[in-house]
Amino acid sequence: MSAITHAIPPFLRGGTFAHGVHPEENKHYTAGKPIQRFPFPRELNLLLSQHAGKPSVPLVYPGQEVVRGEPIARADGFMSVPLHAPATGVIKKIELIPTAKGPRKPAIILAVHPGESQEMRYGAPRDIDTMSPEDIIRAVQDAGLVGLGGAAFPTHVKLSPPPEHNVDTILINGCECEPYLTTDHRLMIEQPEQLVKGTQILMRAMQAERAIIGTEDNKQDAAEAIRRVLPKDGSITVKVVPTKYPQGAEKMLAKALVNREIPSGGYPSAVGLGVYNVATTVQIGALLPWQRGVIERVVTVTGPGIEKPGNYLVAIGTPLRFILERLGFRGSSQYLITGGPMMGETVSSLDVPITKGCGGFLVLRPEDVQEQSIPQVYPCISCGKCVEACPLYLNPCQLGKLAVKRRYEEMEDYHLFDCFECGCCSYVCPAGIPLVQYFRVSKAMNRDLKSKAAEK
Amino acid sequence: MTAPRTKAELRSSPHLHKPMSVDMIMRHVVYALLPVCAYAVYQFGISALALLAVCTLVCVGTEHLFCRLAGRASTINDWSAVITGLLLALTLPPSFPLWMAAVASFFGMAVGKMFFGGLGYNVMNPALVGRAFAQAAFTVPMTTWTPALAPGRFTEFIPSTLTPPFLVPTPVDEWIARVATEGFTGATPLALMKFEQTSTDTLQLLTGTVSGSAGETSALLILLCGLYLIARKMMDWRITAGVLGSAAAVSGLFYLIRPEIYPDPLFTLFSGGLMLGAVFMATDMVASPETSKGVWIYGALIGVLTVIIRLFGGLNEGVMYAILLGNAMSPLISRVTQPRRYGAVKKEKAPA
Repeated sequence: MSAITHAIPPFLRGGTFAHGVHPEENKHYTAGKPIQRFPFPRELNLLLSQHAGKPSVPLVYPGQEVVRGEPIARADGFMSVPLHAPATGVIKKIELIPTAKGPRKPAIILAVHPGESQEMRYGAPRDIDTMSPEDIIRAVQDAGLVGLGGAAFPTHVKLSPPPEHNVDTILINGCECEPYLTTDHRLMIEQPEQLVKGTQILMRAMQAERAIIGTEDNKQDAAEAIRRVLPKDGSITVKVVPTKYPQGAEKMLAKALVNREIPSGGYPSAVGLGVYNVATTVQIGALLPWQRGVIERVVTVTGPGIEKPGNYLVAIGTPLRFILERLGFRGSSQYLITGGPMMGETVSSLDVPITKGCGGFLVLRPEDVQEQSIPQVYPCISCGKCVEACPLYLNPCQLGKLAVKRRYEEMEDYHLFDCFECGCCSYVCPAGIPLVQYFRVSKAMNRDLKSKAAEK
Repeated sequence: MTAPRTKAELRSSPHLHKPMSVDMIMRHVVYALLPVCAYAVYQFGISALALLAVCTLVCVGTEHLFCRLAGRASTINDWSAVITGLLLALTLPPSFPLWMAAVASFFGMAVGKMFFGGLGYNVMNPALVGRAFAQAAFTVPMTTWTPALAPGRFTEFIPSTLTPPFLVPTPVDEWIARVATEGFTGATPLALMKFEQTSTDTLQLLTGTVSGSAGETSALLILLCGLYLIARKMMDWRITAGVLGSAAAVSGLFYLIRPEIYPDPLFTLFSGGLMLGAVFMATDMVASPETSKGVWIYGALIGVLTVIIRLFGGLNEGVMYAILLGNAMSPLISRVTQPRRYGAVKKEKAPA
């Protein structure tokens, strides 16, 4: 398969993918702001399921003293990761707390010792270069690593492709194509050494010969910073691709960097690729040589609705309200989006904690939301703008018409389940039809119909 | 302690929207049509102005009436009815009686658009449905042509314009004899070509100093207005390119075979309603396919059909029927030209 794609001469391979959209970038709020450590709150709320897969199993009991960096919950099987104490303190209780999506979920409540220096005492150095791929993969799981780009999929699972897949290239995703967000941008500028180290660990784990760090051309400074610290052997390269949404989607990145198409419903490893986000890779580079776990992450808090936008290093479990109050948040939760404006969701409550997967909060004002919506929904005029925008070459126009008619099963013929909900179609639709929103409902309805059919 | 309950409003992504909406697109199409209309008025005087006004008013009024009859909010604020009115007026002969124009507008709007459910649901371009109706019902006035740039065109109507409702149009021969320059035959360049094998100078066609429908005579101006819409990404240039390209190719082929009886490609492109059709009518978003391959096929089909009808049909003009046929085909074209999705898994080859 890869032999075929390699046979295509480079001048025929595009530097980007076809279709996509160009929303206003609005990175100026925080792109120039160095990462700052955020103070610890009095209590940390550590959700047991911050990742895709099974929730972690608590290892601590109320009243127990924990040291910063110490494991406090273990992985429940392969599709799960452990959890580490982000601060030195005492376990207060384990209880149900609200989550960003709505339903209450169990969490470990950790009371942070006031006046404690929070020095990092946990962990011991180890030599990665002597470790076998299996050991590295186990170490990645032990570090509690998940995809920090937002999906929070356990990283060690991605490092364990089916045996018949032969991974030759690691792609590091530094596109950060969502407007407003600058987490990855700052990490690439400020911690290129860890990024390169992490990349090398990933290459070793997957036994890949080369790695490409991909970023968009609105982040030339980041590309420069990484190029200065690249290893001399040329195994890792930096490639700058045009700024376009959703360039940071795995499939789009694979197309842009190495001109391979990840098969529908398949893994990147099927075409010899492993794709990892910059924030995840930096954490691998920083944590693995010290046998440490994920206890904090960089979060961009941005938007016109906040007084002090910036990039902050926040302890996992910090309540959102604690952060927003210190940064001058005016407004209510309905104008608060976790993640970027294209794929992020509004949060149900301000009392939700920071989880491993949240890389940013965007605060809009009511007038911004007003400005960004079409006052009236018109009928579909078949203009085809959505067809021109869909990065997967689906036909959102047709899918939308079927969704309105509730012909959910027929939508599968138009590849409903390939849609990864990037939102390009809704963004461009001049009729203001909430296409991707329809598709979310349709997918749920479709699954429902199937499970009902299976029961019979 | 109970916290005050507030209404939570959760919105789902995307939270951004491109600043382009249906009414904005339609409004800009109207802007793009205004220079064409202005030029039509300059050429044909107050008769053309009255024709534009009547068609537009009747189209907007019909849409409003049908919305009210259906008991829903009026949709005239999306500007699409204005486009239909202007386009229909531009395809009619300038001397067309106003009452007939009103009937054609009503028919086009009612049957071509509102019966289907309004904007977005119509199968064919409503302006062309209206014109097709007029062609069938009012054949003689639809083929009566008056000279452009007649003296006194801004002070007096062409006599047939003001024909009282439901009466046969006032004859215009006398009026033409009075205003026309020597040698005016009342034939359009296409009719001259078809029935007398006389070609008209390309420059004349480009600037539109020939007789024809109110708005179909200046190919150059129409093209410029289309470029404005293309620049604003409010029109699909591929359809226009497909229509013009295939029309030029097919007529070029015939011209190469027998240049003495078939017109050259330039004449084909710039004569008659092809330019207006290719730029403003075939590109009607609702009635054209939405897939990338589909729009090329659709455009090419219209171009080919136009030339075939012009050269071999009983009529000297074929754009209208070509587009209507293209409209009818477009759902089918869309269906067979679904885009190839990213990462589509090829069928497994049998092991050798």
